[in-house]
Amino acid sequence: MRLRSAFALLLAACLLATTVLAQKPAAPAVPKPPTSDDCLACHGDPSATGANGRSIAVSADKFGDSIHGQSGLACVGCHADLAKTTDFPHAEKLAPVSCATCHDGPAAKYDTSVHAQARRASPTSVAAACKDCHGTHDIRPASDPDSPTHHLNLPATCGRCHGNADIIRRGRIAIGDVVTEFQDSIHGQALSKSGLMVAPDCKDCHHAHDIRRKSDPASPVFRTTVPATCGKCHEGVERRYLTGVHGEALGKGRPDAPVCVTCHTAHRIQRTEGATWKAQVLAECGSCHPESIRTYRDTFHGQETQLGFLRVAACADCHGAHDIFAKSDVRSTVSPARLVSTCRKCHAGANDSFVKYDPHADRRNYARDPWLFYASKFMEALLIGVFAFFGIHTTLWASRAVKPGETRSSRPDDGPRSEE
Amino acid sequence: MATTDAATGERVQYQRFDRYHRLLHGVLMFSFLGLAFTGMPLLFNDAPWAVRLAALFGGGHGAGILHRIFASLLITCFVLHVWRLMHRLFVKKDLEVLWGPASMTPQPRDVAELVAHLRWFLRTGPQPRFDHFTYWEKFDYWAVFWGMGIIGGSGLVLWFPVFFSHILPGSWFNIALLVHGEEGLLAVGFIFTIHFFNSHLRPDKFPMDPVIFTGRVSEHEFKEERAAEYERLAATRELEEAEIGPAPDWVGGLAKVVATIAVTLGLVMVGLILYAVLFARI
Repeated sequence: MRLRSAFALLLAACLLATTVLAQKPAAPAVPKPPTSDDCLACHGDPSATGANGRSIAVSADKFGDSIHGQSGLACVGCHADLAKTTDFPHAEKLAPVSCATCHDGPAAKYDTSVHAQARRASPTSVAAACKDCHGTHDIRPASDPDSPTHHLNLPATCGRCHGNADIIRRGRIAIGDVVTEFQDSIHGQALSKSGLMVAPDCKDCHHAHDIRRKSDPASPVFRTTVPATCGKCHEGVERRYLTGVHGEALGKGRPDAPVCVTCHTAHRIQRTEGATWKAQVLAECGSCHPESIRTYRDTFHGQETQLGFLRVAACADCHGAHDIFAKSDVRSTVSPARLVSTCRKCHAGANDSFVKYDPHADRRNYARDPWLFYASKFMEALLIGVFAFFGIHTTLWASRAVKPGETRSSRPDDGPRSEE
Repeated sequence: MATTDAATGERVQYQRFDRYHRLLHGVLMFSFLGLAFTGMPLLFNDAPWAVRLAALFGGGHGAGILHRIFASLLITCFVLHVWRLMHRLFVKKDLEVLWGPASMTPQPRDVAELVAHLRWFLRTGPQPRFDHFTYWEKFDYWAVFWGMGIIGGSGLVLWFPVFFSHILPGSWFNIALLVHGEEGLLAVGFIFTIHFFNSHLRPDKFPMDPVIFTGRVSEHEFKEERAAEYERLAATRELEEAEIGPAPDWVGGLAKVVATIAVTLGLVMVGLILYAVLFARI
């Protein structure tokens, strides 16, 4: 839509320009602006350089293939200051091209972006301007597979800065090299490997022109807006999330309520079927639920997953993923009413007695299970008792034992043998 | 008492363990080491060595399968031992199984010998004169017996939880898991330190006592270590009955290799546990 309106605007601008020019063909005071051919007389030479030695060549073919070339825009359409110049060759330094002349909509959005803010704050900023993403003479529409802003090419385009260590440092981009992370994520793989046009690229979460910081409430990646942003594609998941305890907490404005990226990360999103994810999500859940992860690690499921055997239950296998409810809620998979069927997912034949096993048992917690507490104390006493007694016994024996080559009866200090 | 055999001129040896004992101890050793190495990674899963050790057995899954195979072997061993005891008791009517010097039953003399031994350690009394089984050997034996019941029983509960849920409430699985791990730690710690020292590594036995592999003790050792038994047997014809020729060379050689490997593995495991307890868990 944006592109189409931009295109229409452009066409209108061109039309207006040609009409104006056509209506006043022989105004003697106004010099005739140079045509593109005039410009190419010099700039068409591939070896043309400016005073500083930099190439000033413009490829007529590339420009001709570009959206502006295709639509018949002349050089002076963008390099507006040259329209009134009569003295050629013109000055070395030209006025910056203003895309906003035609593309006022995208430009207005861009002005609110973090890129524009950075450029306003510092004239030497490395933040992206129009041409950094769209190109200059070779601008193509985003629908063109060769365009740097095409859906499948955008991550690499953003990566020219956001994957560049030098620019990340100079631009003080706190999040670092996100593009490399994104490329390995399920979204990145879906784009680059599977070529899925429905998979999101950068702009689907961050927008194209009005990219804002995640701390900006107007940003689509602002914490409380994240579920809606992900929900644009994952609508079913968003709906389930909003009914669960995490979504409910977010709705109540709790600052610690997790949103999608809290568990899935923003740029390193993985397949949830895999063992890697299962191992990782334990740490994610544990970062907010440290007691639960500690007691989980103390029991069989947690011990096995710690060893990397991930066929056993991890958090989501029992508690669910997006629509997690409190144990007291009948909708919860771990509510007394549903526990048997939940355990049966792995343990065929599980019954009411079976589900009395506590997957988060805590041997140190008397109130949770007194028998386990006492069993633990008994085992501690047994271990300490046995090792203390035999530790002393062995140490004493070692200090008394016969040295190699020496027989007991030859030891002078043995004393008389006891008579039984 | 002849110290050498008149016919061969070799030193006389006496049989302490028959083939059945030696074989069962061999299987016990093998399965116990297997259980220790496949079980400890799970108990010390947060130690830096746990994942790598488990990986040697195919990770948590592979180690779990091997753990059950070793457990089956050890349970078989236990059943064979109890079966033999029952055979001696009920078929042969051998009541010495229950009481007396050849019995593993703790008896008053064991307490007396323990006290006397401690006094000897402290140089306040003479060395006790032991009979066929000493108090620490009985402790070893009953520790394994108790361990078989507790670790084996809890292990079976954890292996077949759905079956046992018809007999026990599920909350007992938590106790089974706790007890299985802690008893396992006790057994492993005890065998690989105290038993190793008492039977093999103490200075007068160092580096090993091959008796459990060859089944034989020399007359000198017999007199030194089990004076009461030696004199008791010498008073009857039993001592001559216990005389046996030397073990074949290959038995002695194999004993050295097997015992060296077993002791080394055991001490490595002790090192790993100590590392985990001292450095990783604090």
